[in-house]
Amino acid sequence: MLPRTRLSNILSNGLLWALLGLALIAPWIGLYPVLGMRMMCFALFACAFNLLAGYAGLISFGHAALFGGAGYLTGLALTAWGWPTPLGILTGVVTALLIGLVMGLLAVRRSGIYFSMITLALAQIVYFYALQANFTGGEDGLQGIPRGTLFGLPLQSDRVMYYLVLAVFVASWWFLRRVVHSPFGQVLQAVRENEPRAISLGYRVNRYKLGVFLISAGFAGLAGAMKAVVMGFETLTDVHWSTSGLVILMTLVGGLGTDLGPIVGAILITVLEEKMGTISHFLVKVTGIDWFHQLNDSVSMVIGAIFVLCVLLFRRGIVGEIRARLLLGKFAP
Amino acid sequence: MAELFGFPLPLLLGQLMLGLVNGAFYAMLSLGLAVIFGLMDVVNFAHGAFFMMGAMFTWMGGQYLHLNFWWMLLFAPLLVGLFGIGVERVALRRLRGIDPIYGLLLTFGLTLLIEGVFRSFYGVAGAPYNPPELLSATLNLGFMFLPSYYLFAVAASLLISIGTWLLIERTKLGAYLRAGTENPALIQAFGVNFPRMVMLTFGFGSALAGLAGVLAAPVIQVSPLMGSNLVIVVFAIVVIGGMGSVLGAIVSGLALGLIEGLAKVLFPPISSTVVFILMALVLTLRPAGLFGKEK
Repeated sequence: MLPRTRLSNILSNGLLWALLGLALIAPWIGLYPVLGMRMMCFALFACAFNLLAGYAGLISFGHAALFGGAGYLTGLALTAWGWPTPLGILTGVVTALLIGLVMGLLAVRRSGIYFSMITLALAQIVYFYALQANFTGGEDGLQGIPRGTLFGLPLQSDRVMYYLVLAVFVASWWFLRRVVHSPFGQVLQAVRENEPRAISLGYRVNRYKLGVFLISAGFAGLAGAMKAVVMGFETLTDVHWSTSGLVILMTLVGGLGTDLGPIVGAILITVLEEKMGTISHFLVKVTGIDWFHQLNDSVSMVIGAIFVLCVLLFRRGIVGEIRARLLLGKFAP
Repeated sequence: MAELFGFPLPLLLGQLMLGLVNGAFYAMLSLGLAVIFGLMDVVNFAHGAFFMMGAMFTWMGGQYLHLNFWWMLLFAPLLVGLFGIGVERVALRRLRGIDPIYGLLLTFGLTLLIEGVFRSFYGVAGAPYNPPELLSATLNLGFMFLPSYYLFAVAASLLISIGTWLLIERTKLGAYLRAGTENPALIQAFGVNFPRMVMLTFGFGSALAGLAGVLAAPVIQVSPLMGSNLVIVVFAIVVIGGMGSVLGAIVSGLALGLIEGLAKVLFPPISSTVVFILMALVLTLRPAGLFGKEK
C-alpha cells in the first residue's frame, strides 16, 4: 500500500490536473464564459487571501478594499484616461499595493484578532472614499469599462478573454504556491506557529508580515482589476465589508492553508450565488412555502448560514478535511 | 452671530450635541464588546445585529402589540439577552479554547444571517419610530432646538454605562468577572461555575446592545441594516480605547462621538471616516490603545 502522504499528493495532483483540464474545455461544454471568469477572479482573490491567512496566520477582514480599490482605478484608467488594457490592470495592481502598504504598515503592529479588526476599520476608509468620490460614481458605480485589446487580440470576445484570465490565473496560482514553499514562506509559517521563537531566531517578523501582506494585496488587486475588466463595471459591493467576509468564507469552505481549497471554495460559492434563484424556486415547489422566494433576494442570509455551519462543524474545509483524513488514516483498516 | 474658528457657534454646538448622543450609544456598545472580549476572547461582530434587534423589537412591539416605548425598554433588552444566551449555549461555547478568530467569524456569519432574516420580512428601507409622549417636547437651548428625548437618551446611556462600570469594579459579582478575565482555571478551582458565568456575561453584553438599540430607535431610522456599519465604527473605538479597559471603552466612545460631531462642521468629507483615521493614528503612537496594556 502507498504511504499516506504519497496518496495525498497523488490525489491532490490529480485534482489539480482535472481542474485545469476542465477549465480548458469548460467554455466549449456549456460553461458561460463570464461565469467562469468570475469564478477565476474570485478564486485568485481567495488564493491571495489564503497566502496571508492560511500560511502567515493573519486573517485580514479588509481585503475588499484591495480588490475593489484596484477595480475602481483600473476602471478609471480604462474609461477616463483611455489607457490600454494591460496598463489599466497594472494601475489596479499598483493601487492595491499602495493601499496594502498603508494598511499593512499599521496592521502588522498588532496580531491575532486585533489584526482583523484593524484591517476591517481601515478598509472602511476606502469604502467611504469610494462612496463619496466623484470618479467612482457613488451608489451607481463605474459603468461601461471597455475590455479593449491585448497584442491585437479582441478581448471583446468572451472566449478570448476567458483564456487570458485562465492564463493569468494559472500563472498567479503557481507563483503563490512557489511563495509558500520558498524559504520566505517557510519563515512565515514559522512565525504563524510560534512568533516569539521566530523573533528569537533573529527574524524581523514584522518585515516578513508586511512582505506577505504586500504580495497578498498585489494579487487581490490583480483579481479585482481583472474582474472590473471582465464585467465592464465596478460597484460599491466590491469594497464593502461583506466582500471581505465573502473571500474569508470561500477560503474557509475550501480549506484554509491548502493549495486547492480556495479554488474549490470560490467555485462553490460563486455557483451558489449564481444559482440561488433556481434553488429557491425548487424549494418553493417542493415545500410549498412562499417565503423561500426570499432566499433569492437575500443571498447574504444563505452565506451567513454557511458561515456559521462551517465554523462550527467544518473548520478544516473541504480540501483540508479530505487531506486530514487521508493523512491521519481515518479510512485505514 | 458668535463664531469659533470662523464657524457659527450655534452650528458647532448643535453638532457637538448630536455627537454627544452618538457618543453615548458608542459608549454603551463598546462597553458590552469590551466586557465580552475580556472574559471570552470573542470579538462579537453580532453586537451590531443585537443593537438592530433591540430597535426592531421596539418598533415591532409598537406596531403589532401596541406596547409603548417604556414596556419595550424592558422587554426588548430581555429578549435580545435571551437570544444572546442561546447563541452562547448553542454555538460560541463550542469554540472555547480554539483560535479566537473563529469567534469573530462565527458572529460575522450570524450577523449576515440575522440581518438577512429581518431583511426578508422588512426590506432595507427604514421606518421612523416616534419618541414617547412624555419626551416629545422640544427644548430651546438658545443655540438649537433639541428634542427632549435626546437628553433622556444621553442621560440613560451614561447612567447605564457608569452603572455597569461600578458593577464590574465595585461589587463581588464584578470581582468574579474580573477574576475570570484574569484566570478562568483558578476561579473554577474556587468553585465558581465558569461556563454559567460566561453564558450570563454574554447574555448581559447582548442585552446591553439591545438596550442601546431601544434607546436609539427614536433617534436613528429603524432598519435591518442599521447595526452593521455602526459595529465597525465601534470596533475602531474599542481599538482606540484599548480592548481590555471598560472605562477606556466608555471614555473613548463619548469622545469619538463628539469628535465626529466636530468633524461634521469643520471638515464634512471626513466625518464618516474620522474615527478610522484616529484609530490609525493611535495605532502608530500607542499600539495597545489609549487605556490598554500590552498583553
